[in-house]
Amino acid sequence: MRSLINITDLSVEEIEELISVANDIIANPEKYREKCRYKKLAALFFEPSTRTRLSFEAAMLELGGSVLGFSEAQSSSAAKGESVADTAKTVSCYADIIAMRHPKEGAPMVAMMNASIPVINAGDGGHNHPTQTLTDLLTISREKGSLNNFTIGFCGDLKFGRTVHSLITALSRYENIKIYLISPEELKLPSYVKNDVLKKNNIEYIQTTNLEEAIPNLDILYMTRVQRERFFNEEDYLRLKDRYILTPEKLIGAKEDLCIMHPLPRVNEISPSIDNDKRACYFKQVLNGKFIRMALILKLLEVE
Amino acid sequence: MKIDSIKNGIVIDHISAGNSLKLYQLLKLDELDCSVAIIKNVSSAKTGKKDIIKIDADINIDMDILGYVDPDVTINIIKDGKVFEKAKIDLPETLRNVIFCKNPRCITSVENEIEHIFKLSDRTNRVYRCVYCETKAN
Repeated sequence: MRSLINITDLSVEEIEELISVANDIIANPEKYREKCRYKKLAALFFEPSTRTRLSFEAAMLELGGSVLGFSEAQSSSAAKGESVADTAKTVSCYADIIAMRHPKEGAPMVAMMNASIPVINAGDGGHNHPTQTLTDLLTISREKGSLNNFTIGFCGDLKFGRTVHSLITALSRYENIKIYLISPEELKLPSYVKNDVLKKNNIEYIQTTNLEEAIPNLDILYMTRVQRERFFNEEDYLRLKDRYILTPEKLIGAKEDLCIMHPLPRVNEISPSIDNDKRACYFKQVLNGKFIRMALILKLLEVE
Repeated sequence: MKIDSIKNGIVIDHISAGNSLKLYQLLKLDELDCSVAIIKNVSSAKTGKKDIIKIDADINIDMDILGYVDPDVTINIIKDGKVFEKAKIDLPETLRNVIFCKNPRCITSVENEIEHIFKLSDRTNRVYRCVYCETKAN
């Protein structure tokens, strides 16, 4: 029985296989409509989420399966003090696969250690978000035709941004990737990601606070939101939240085939006036997220 | 200074000077009924100074704790007053409930029954990381 807790649980070959299945689902959706008939996904969301939860639910429904679960800790037994381990054991009796989001880092791993069914980490605090990474990889693969040979800029909250950590880790296994890390001093990429991923894999990277200067060099711009829920101090959040706002003016020097990504939800960091720019890929990302989750559910449930 | 030799027990030798008390606490040697001697700052040809712990009973020592605190120690098992076996220690791959994660965002910070597990992530620099949140052990 396989679970997905960290993106590195999957080999490069397995990621390729998932991307290939997702592309086939996009091309031939009718082939997959009954694949998970009589199977149930438990969506255990201890933290609010619209996109990820609905994406998992839509993915399972489009595979012909059913969904049960909860969308906040207050409506679960966690409010009564039940442990993650006990929740995982209990839910294993009702469902075939778990997708779990939890505000505490490592909670899905605890669930995996105690569940008798596959567990998918749907985001654990500021730590990992592997299905967002798969979504991003599918989007890059479809927009750029490959997962090798490009320059990507990550902008915004690189400290607590779990999508950034996971994607950087995933990209470290591909060739000729150059990375711009664009953030305020206070939200720089943690040293463990720099040391254990970038330096260890000899990935070329440039740290800067200047978005405008970096933009002309980029093939992909990955914007992120400064997340209020990651701050212990409201003042710090207010000071940093609007530091980077992508506007049409800032794109003047950008490449014609730039791919603008964002894990969403956005607050102010991308002006809505960019939504109609052909380089805006963030809503395609949302759609891709459903397809790659369908591919992942099929793989973990070992459905042919 | 004279400390009696032991008949059946364990001598932890070549402890880096200053580490013996930490080992004493982590190995919970204070809970033993037998004689336990901590000898600090013994002259050592190799390192200048070393600590030694002598335990006058044949007990099970947690090698993972020894390896984590001081992988250069040697263990001498004493039987009938003679060295019966010598063992070198290595850095353990996994530590269970030896050290504790201090990251307030880690699941271990709110669920007390979870084992604190750390994995060796960098042997050269002796870095351990929490398996749940990947925070480096201090």
